[in-house]
Amino acid sequence: MRRMRVAAAMSVAALALAGCGSSTESTPGAGGASSSAKALKIGMAYDVGGRGDQSFNDAAAAGLDKAKKDLGVETKEATAVNGEPESAREERLQQLIDAGYKDVVAVGFAYAPSVKKVAAANPDAKISLIDSTDATGPNIVNLTFAEQQGSFLVGAAAALKSKTANIGFIGGVNTDLIKKFEAGYTAGAKAVKPAIKIQVKYLTQPPDFSGFGDPAKGKTAAEGMYQQGADVIYAAAGGSGGGLFTAATAAKKMAIGVDSDQALTAPPAARPYVITSMLKKVDVATFDFIKSLTEGKFVAGTKIYDLKANGVGYSTTGGQMDDIKAKLDAYKQQIIDGKIVVPAKP
Amino acid sequence: MKASLRRLGLALAAPVLALVVAFVVTSIVLLLAGDPVVAVWTQLLTAPRPRLIVGIINGASVYYLSAIAVAIGFRMNLFNIGVDGQYRIAAFAAAVFAGQGWLPGPLNIFVSLLIAVVVGALWAGIAGWLKFSRGVSEVISTIMLNAIATGLVSFMLFKVADSTTGSNVTNTKLLPPSSRVPGFALISGTPNKVYGFVLLAILVGVTYWVVLNKTRFGYDLRATGRSETAAVASGVNVKRMVLTAMLLSGAAAGLVGMPLLFGQDFSYGTTFQPGLGFAGIAIALLGRNHPVGIAFGALLWSYLEQQGNGLQITAGVSSELVFIIQGVIVLAVVIAYEVVRRAGLRMEQRNVARQLSSDQPGHHLPEGAPV
Repeated sequence: MRRMRVAAAMSVAALALAGCGSSTESTPGAGGASSSAKALKIGMAYDVGGRGDQSFNDAAAAGLDKAKKDLGVETKEATAVNGEPESAREERLQQLIDAGYKDVVAVGFAYAPSVKKVAAANPDAKISLIDSTDATGPNIVNLTFAEQQGSFLVGAAAALKSKTANIGFIGGVNTDLIKKFEAGYTAGAKAVKPAIKIQVKYLTQPPDFSGFGDPAKGKTAAEGMYQQGADVIYAAAGGSGGGLFTAATAAKKMAIGVDSDQALTAPPAARPYVITSMLKKVDVATFDFIKSLTEGKFVAGTKIYDLKANGVGYSTTGGQMDDIKAKLDAYKQQIIDGKIVVPAKP
Repeated sequence: MKASLRRLGLALAAPVLALVVAFVVTSIVLLLAGDPVVAVWTQLLTAPRPRLIVGIINGASVYYLSAIAVAIGFRMNLFNIGVDGQYRIAAFAAAVFAGQGWLPGPLNIFVSLLIAVVVGALWAGIAGWLKFSRGVSEVISTIMLNAIATGLVSFMLFKVADSTTGSNVTNTKLLPPSSRVPGFALISGTPNKVYGFVLLAILVGVTYWVVLNKTRFGYDLRATGRSETAAVASGVNVKRMVLTAMLLSGAAAGLVGMPLLFGQDFSYGTTFQPGLGFAGIAIALLGRNHPVGIAFGALLWSYLEQQGNGLQITAGVSSELVFIIQGVIVLAVVIAYEVVRRAGLRMEQRNVARQLSSDQPGHHLPEGAPV
């Protein structure tokens, strides 16, 4: 008897599911792009965090959105899962290509080994790899950034603005990439004030990448630095940077954002304390790549987005850079001219 | 014959029940979230392509080793949460040694495996020794050791790193080509190969079964796990067993990263797959600590992961949905086994009662006898 009841319940559930399915099955086509069949199809493979991380992935997403609007391309997005095997990344790229999105943007250096394999297996596909030169080929373009140059400028800004001659740096995860930020920041600050004290803290060690998405850790680290006498802190820590802004607001001290202009995206109460942000224009790089495809001008190889190419820089929202802008721009020119060579390692 | 068939039926009932529950619960979640139910199950349940089959087998071989390491502890009533730290520190040590290429090909591989086993065992041994000498709970100590392993490995990784300029990945020196384990072209229709170290996983599974079921040591281990007092009464040195079991669990954990190291990554770096130890705990639960059960568990885990990867592309649903399915399956399996066990018990009691009353028609059961 009881078994009967279970069976009955199951079949009802099955019917319900089937019913639902048929109603949704018709919808996907409706929402899809209705533009011309010839529209270029771009696949986007994000790193862990994906769209909505208010930092690195979002910058890439912004470039994609702009391409969608301005160039009328069709897009498909997929995001990495934390702790996934290498084969999953490879599979993601391949499935995007199989689904017809044969030109792909791979966001983040973790995709390098997969890009190498997938690009070789699909010679017709054109792939852009952001933040890495580990995979190269006739159909791969490597989009890299001179983060140390942009960080040099905000480091100089921090030293010029600091009254205590004591500043801080918060790195999300202790990787070579984030060390470039630290190296530039330190060099910039020391160029202004050789004796300046710089507190450095990394939130997590690999393979624990939570330091890129944990505002609580960022807040604790920032509070500690402010208490130790720092009055400007720069966080290159993705989503954890939100914690810095909270701490800065509470302590009424200065903070520096990263990747995008965070004085525009931080909570309104924190915005006056975000004096500038180091800009890493992943959106520009992504858009440029897609544009090169639509124009049939794809060129393989490494493309470096540095100060000269306007691929990195600092933001001036809020006007707090106005008094030192001349000095910063002088440094900028010296870097562009090669008179200052910013180290990429601390 | 009939009885054994029934037992088989009961054994299969629990996992099937768990899968059905997982199917229903996930569907409800999808419905509540307004996601396309049919598209999701179509993606997850269509036969995987050859490329994916290779990925499933490869993933499963790694999970299998991890789950066996956890299961060794479980059989002894030890909760080794530290497999995660043990496999990472062992893989790092093996990668550093193997990358030097001091020894010729196969010998280099063999000695590196040995190093991984020893390092894994020693790291787990710290928790074992703490329990042995001070009675520290292995749950606490292994969790702490995981954190320490993370810090230690990344500290040392930067010391020995072989980072080429422009690269954002930090890793140990690449293995010389002669020390890489070639894969098998088992599946036709794809250039991807199955890890050669799938054999290692099978070997470890067989050894686990033999040692546990065919040796005195295995008997002692199982006895201690079932009832410590009974084990003491039969002359087992429980404290020593704790230490030994922990060392063995760690030794198996040391092998977890080896298929990845020798078959795919060829170095240990910041992108080496993390979290395998925790997956192992779930899979050991799923497989009821049985070597064959764990194999099915590992394959299922890997299947879901690989098939789930395309969810975003084909169904527009986050791949993290797979975590929900995996979680529900583990939970449902634990409950289902208990339900089925009770059902089996009732069935047996009824059978015995029926037999008793039919064998001896003159004698009736005494009043109040359990039926």
